[in-house]
Amino acid sequence: MNVLMHSIALFLLANLLIALVAAVRGPTPADRMLVALLFGTGGTGILALLALSSGVTAMVDVAVVLALLAAIGGIAFSQRTWRKESDDHH
Amino acid sequence: MTIIDVFSTVLLLAGALFFLAGTIALLRFPDVYCRLHALAKADNLGLGCVLAGVALQTDSLLVGLKIVLIWPLVLAASGAVGFAIARQARIHAVMPWRGDDK
Repeated sequence: MNVLMHSIALFLLANLLIALVAAVRGPTPADRMLVALLFGTGGTGILALLALSSGVTAMVDVAVVLALLAAIGGIAFSQRTWRKESDDHH
Repeated sequence: MTIIDVFSTVLLLAGALFFLAGTIALLRFPDVYCRLHALAKADNLGLGCVLAGVALQTDSLLVGLKIVLIWPLVLAASGAVGFAIARQARIHAVMPWRGDDK
């Protein structure tokens, strides 16, 4: 079971790395932010997998924090960073 | 291999498949609204499958419950973030994709 969990974690990590291409390409800042949100989701999954396969259950708390930070980051981006006033570059 | 292991394996593989679908969609969809759609559904479903598969393998009920409870948190957060980003994109007059008009 550990082998499967590690392979799935590696697969999710490969997914995140491939998604970086979308971060480079994305025409608007929102497209780039979506990749950061994907990192939040994927990272939560990877941390949960590693928490169980390595036996360090404290990593589940890290996964919770990462999920929360991705949410806060998304809201902060849309409400604070990507404003109509700072409209000069996108 | 017990029946729990079989369930867990199926859930983990399904989760990986949904994550793959989400990444491909992020790369291939044409505009920010379509990409939001892919991110808010495929990836969160993938995360739910992975978390359920992981939670089935835990020994303690507390850890399993904590792992499963990440999912509603992520679902609520992705709903709010998806709405906020889509509204902001509309304010910025990002035009929705209307087919290949090249």
